[in-house]
Amino acid sequence: MSLHVIQALVLRYLFLYTRSPMRLIELIFWPVVELVIWGYLTLFIQENTTGDFPRIIVFLLGAMILWDVIFRAQQGVAISFLEDVWTRNLLNVFVAPVRTVEYLAATFCVGFLRILVTVTVLGLVAGLMYAFNIFTLGWALLPFFMNLMVSGWALGMISTALILRWGQAAESLAWAVPFFIQPFIAVFYPVSAIKPEWVQTISWALPPTHVFEGMREVLKTGVFAWDKFFWAAGLNIIFLTAAGMVFFYMLTLTRRRGLLTKFATQ
Amino acid sequence: MPSPIPSEVILEARDLTREFDGVKALDKFSLKLHRGQVLGLLGANGAGKTTAMNCMLGLTLPTSGGLYAFGKELQSHRIEILRRANFSSAYTALPANLLVWQNLLVFAKIYRVPKPKERIAELLEMMEITHLHKRVTGQLSAGESTRVNLCKALLNKPELLLLDEPTASLDPDIADKVRKIVLRIRSELNCGILYTSHNMKDIEEVCDHLMFLHKGKVVMEGTPKDIVERSSSSTLEDVFIKIARDGEIVDETAKKEEVAP
Repeated sequence: MSLHVIQALVLRYLFLYTRSPMRLIELIFWPVVELVIWGYLTLFIQENTTGDFPRIIVFLLGAMILWDVIFRAQQGVAISFLEDVWTRNLLNVFVAPVRTVEYLAATFCVGFLRILVTVTVLGLVAGLMYAFNIFTLGWALLPFFMNLMVSGWALGMISTALILRWGQAAESLAWAVPFFIQPFIAVFYPVSAIKPEWVQTISWALPPTHVFEGMREVLKTGVFAWDKFFWAAGLNIIFLTAAGMVFFYMLTLTRRRGLLTKFATQ
Repeated sequence: MPSPIPSEVILEARDLTREFDGVKALDKFSLKLHRGQVLGLLGANGAGKTTAMNCMLGLTLPTSGGLYAFGKELQSHRIEILRRANFSSAYTALPANLLVWQNLLVFAKIYRVPKPKERIAELLEMMEITHLHKRVTGQLSAGESTRVNLCKALLNKPELLLLDEPTASLDPDIADKVRKIVLRIRSELNCGILYTSHNMKDIEEVCDHLMFLHKGKVVMEGTPKDIVERSSSSTLEDVFIKIARDGEIVDETAKKEEVAP
């Protein structure tokens, strides 16, 4: 794997983002809108109820920001690929000395940079508007972020593989795929709230579930849930490997069927 | 037109067959491209030129047959081969909202070009488009885009260059400039060029050797002059039309050889 090539591809995405303010706005606009809406809603409920709500607002805003980590990492992979399709640049990249792993690694880096931008802005907005300190989670934030980012990369590879298989007609999957799993990964509610109970088995098989449950545990008890961290990390290794295999399989299939060029010049 | 003596074979296709849903887009297609040679692939739409080009670029996997570049098998030495090759097509583009220099810099880094900024300046000057350096790629005219694409294709001083219809949709003046550039590249880099075009003027002016494809098969090959003579046609365009319509052409030379005792 060549760092030069990865660096060059990342540079291209940086040029793309800095040359297009709309891309940067897209990175920030929707997450901030969601955060503001969820924030006002929880404040309203908090003012009109008694009991445990101060903690709930922390749960909800924390979950909101962490969900965006998955989504932005997934987008980093899937949208970067689509950028090449939209600009008819895909063939130039695929006939250049770029290994598939280098291409993917560059999209992973873009995912990481997208997360940095979005989470920084969300953290600032949450702090200013709701006095929510994202670092309430302390050092636990970092391993949780890492795990969610890896889950996002895996989802990004799956989205791209599906787009490769079904062409531009399947473009909307680049945005939809993370939402297929969102109901099951206990982002805004605990796994125990998921019914019927057998669905909880599916939830526990997904790496982000352990992160969100772990986050709630940290906020509730102040103790880092190592078991949840290791479960998430272990499952992430399996998911990332499986997603990588699906991606390589689809790419080979696309080449074998001669669809890559048709797809790239549509 | 210079006609260099064939030297080292830098690209070879051996009995390449590519089927799509049972239809043969390429049927036992073989080719040898020598260093310093410009080889033209000709044929009507659907004849198999693009499929051949895509197989040679590793974008499409052949159903059977072998592909070799610089004496190495293409699939197993893909990256090594692609570092020494490059490609330009009328049907691809560089990211539209990047500046010309940004696009070229990215590819210069991918191809590990030493002193990339100097190389980019050198190529822009060669193509007479230095003034486009800071222009947005998407705002260029077709002729300017083609020349920027050619700059990208020459960044790594390729030994093997694949050009897919480089003069498509260009006006006669720019097309003429592009043809001259191709010939200059060949003589300066001594590279092998595989060239496809529907423009017969291109082919006559640029190519040393031609291969006519029909339904995935090579139906005639030779130098442009030789092909016109052998087919008793007045122009290369006549040969093209005959092959496109009839699928075959009477090779007068072969006929005479058959008759001779």
